[in-house]
Amino acid sequence: MSTVANTIEGLSRGLPDMSTVSRAIPAASLRRQYRLDQLFRHATRGFAFLVLALLIGIIATLILGSLPALKAFGLKFLVNPHWNPVTEEFGALVPIVGTLVTSFIALLIGIPVSFGIALFLTELSPVWLRRPLGTAIELLAAIPSIIYGMWGLFVFAPVFATYVQPALTATLGTIPLVGKLFQGPAIGIGILTAGLILAIMVIPFIASVMRDVFEIVPSVLKESAYALGSTTWEVVWNVVLPYTKVGVVGGVMLGLGRALGETMAVTFVIGNAHRLTSSLMLPGNSIASTLANEFTEAVGDLYFSSLIELGLILFLITFVVLAFSKLLLMRLAKQEGQKT
Amino acid sequence: MNAAVLQASPETTGSQKIEVKNLNFYYGGFHALKNINLGIPERKVTAFIGPSGCGKSTLLRTFNRMYALYPNQEAQGEIFLDGENVLSSGQDLNRLRAKVGMVFQKPTPFPMSIYDNIAFGVRLYERLSARDMEERIEWALRKAALWEEVKDKLKQSGTSLSGGQQQRLCIARCIAVKPEVLLLDEPASALDPISTGRIEELVHELKSDYTIVIVTHNMQQAARVSDYTAYMYLGEMVEFGITDEVFIKPKKKETEDYITGRFG
Amino acid sequence: MNLYARRLLINRFNLLVSLFAMLFGLFWLGWILFTLFEAGFKALTPELFLHMTPPPGSAGGLLNAIAGSLFMAATGTLLGTPIGIMAGIYLAEFGRRGWLAPVTRFINDILLSAPSIVIGLFIYEAYVVNVRHFSAWAGIMALALIVIPVVIRTTENMLRLVPDSLREAAAALGAPQWKVITFVTVRAAKAGIITGILLAVARISGETAPLLFTALNNQFWSLNMNAPMANLPVVIFQFAMSPYENWQQLAWAGALLITLSVLALNIFARVFFRNKTPVY
Repeated sequence: MSTVANTIEGLSRGLPDMSTVSRAIPAASLRRQYRLDQLFRHATRGFAFLVLALLIGIIATLILGSLPALKAFGLKFLVNPHWNPVTEEFGALVPIVGTLVTSFIALLIGIPVSFGIALFLTELSPVWLRRPLGTAIELLAAIPSIIYGMWGLFVFAPVFATYVQPALTATLGTIPLVGKLFQGPAIGIGILTAGLILAIMVIPFIASVMRDVFEIVPSVLKESAYALGSTTWEVVWNVVLPYTKVGVVGGVMLGLGRALGETMAVTFVIGNAHRLTSSLMLPGNSIASTLANEFTEAVGDLYFSSLIELGLILFLITFVVLAFSKLLLMRLAKQEGQKT
Repeated sequence: MNAAVLQASPETTGSQKIEVKNLNFYYGGFHALKNINLGIPERKVTAFIGPSGCGKSTLLRTFNRMYALYPNQEAQGEIFLDGENVLSSGQDLNRLRAKVGMVFQKPTPFPMSIYDNIAFGVRLYERLSARDMEERIEWALRKAALWEEVKDKLKQSGTSLSGGQQQRLCIARCIAVKPEVLLLDEPASALDPISTGRIEELVHELKSDYTIVIVTHNMQQAARVSDYTAYMYLGEMVEFGITDEVFIKPKKKETEDYITGRFG
Repeated sequence: MNLYARRLLINRFNLLVSLFAMLFGLFWLGWILFTLFEAGFKALTPELFLHMTPPPGSAGGLLNAIAGSLFMAATGTLLGTPIGIMAGIYLAEFGRRGWLAPVTRFINDILLSAPSIVIGLFIYEAYVVNVRHFSAWAGIMALALIVIPVVIRTTENMLRLVPDSLREAAAALGAPQWKVITFVTVRAAKAGIITGILLAVARISGETAPLLFTALNNQFWSLNMNAPMANLPVVIFQFAMSPYENWQQLAWAGALLITLSVLALNIFARVFFRNKTPVY
């Protein structure tokens, strides 16, 4: 701000003649104000720098910690499906695949459901129900993830194994190609279960964001579409959704970020098996669940270092997803001529 | 055009409180004020009128250098307040603003009690005893014609007042620090007609103590309230003179067109 | 079927599907909460608050875990909030030009979405390894790192909502910038900023992963900041995954306690915000 620059100049030239001012303001108090302004500005700036330093610190620390593993395995780490603490051979393929597949399932189910919920809340629901229902959905987001894990393991998994999984195997399991994904023993826990629970966890995030952006669509815009004789669905699909696509993409990315990093819920139900399988019904592993299960028991530098490298990979995946979504948002916003 | 007509206009009586010389203003690359030359007479009300976007608010905001808060806004030229150039880089902005008060279009009560709203500005530069502060606050509120309505609820939040009352609170807040110039940027445009009338009465009373510059898009208001009027168009000062003359017998055709509603 | 009838059908169908989506969401919410309340209330006894965590097979309570969680959440918030508010002020008030603000905002978004287990890993590598023991300090640092991005984001957003005319009005009186910010702008955004802090507290109350490798757990009562400290989430994790029934019951009780606190904080924050925000 030029105040600072001006005052510096003023001090170096000597303060202007004050005799015409109706009320004399002591020069000392002006100098003190200027110093305090400087101090305040530098202090807040310092804290902003601290945030920058934190990120660099995190990345640097993780890289340093992974060095032994990086040196030992190099890029093969990313594609090796074997994870053997005894022979000290570690490969990240299983956890990476597990993380990506469970998140994919979560979004596959979560996005349409969230859209449906947002649609209901903004167009169908009676006005007096909107606030309570909206709050109820947001409460889903507030429930700590460890509870999702416990509920998933003790309550959902048995029911899933008894009723749903056999049905899935009998129906979807018979379709050629895709069917292989759904064949397997009905044990209740596994990648599919983890994906489903993740879906339930990300729905409130995506649905809230969608609802928020749907709500600020100007009514005149919707009314113009209705005035042409459109049905409600057509208005939402053709007008509301395109108008809000920037916000919707943001919400989806938020949900994706949550799904990728989710630890406790997944750890309880994914089964902790370092095995690459072709079926979703079998247990697997995600990066977060591997870390949660094995970190405190790990012995040996290479074991530790491999786990830390897993953490680094997870951090980089979230980083890339976020950067990509920001670019996408900027591009979309530019097309619209809006400012994000 | 400007130099010929307006160099320290001969119609003003009394001294010039503010003298603008060759002022140019830029928003980034956009040339918003073009070579403005103008004299604001002391203890009178001067109105800036003109269609939207003509630069009247921009010009007003150069007087207390409010534009300095934002990047990419730049003023070139000279503005003399009591002989001192406020655009010079040696000018202390806080001190300038303590001398030149501003009231905005939308009432802006601070999130504090009514008492503290007014005390805030005073405390910046003066040390008053509790008794003196109370007196100052009462004086300011009386001058703003608000005292009777709020004297029993000074501890209530400033935001609890009605729109018209909030605006008078902002005026009281301005006056309490004893400025010499009052800049009013469309002070009544967000208010209902009755509150507007009150504000106009207030302006009339205040001019005996303060130099007032008021920006308004309402020509009738300008005619009612001001002693001198400046008509601006597209960043240029088209005409400046005694209000009655500008409205009844304008010197320029553009002024006449605007006033008779032929455009704008 | 003619075009019009088809459109009506599609409309009807999709709206029905959205109703089902809503019911779908509510169904899971209901089931989870029901399970939690049922299992949790069964184990909710006064003993919970009077005894420490027991060895498997014996009776006990969760006192040390509750105390540890409260202590670490409070200290973590205390540590992270000032940093978050100051950085948030920088972003909103000084960040209109220059490179630092957009970069910080981007980084903050990354930290906000960073998996909390990675945060725990970072503190482990950066601190725990160097001091060679798990400790409450480490746990507090990890929690603070989660609080900071949340507070930065909400502080900046709330400050931005304050209209410029308010800042200008204060500046127009000749107030120096630091006074404009602290006495007027921050005050105007106070309710929103406090709400942000409350939401950050709610968030860290339920976090397990960052504590796994930092504060670890402690069977006994300890307020020693340099030693592992008991906390509810890790206790729940340990007890729930075990085969012992009394441990599992305690886990449900702990889960219920955490959920109730988090829900209460969320609802309180919402109500507080709605009532205390001045309207400009």
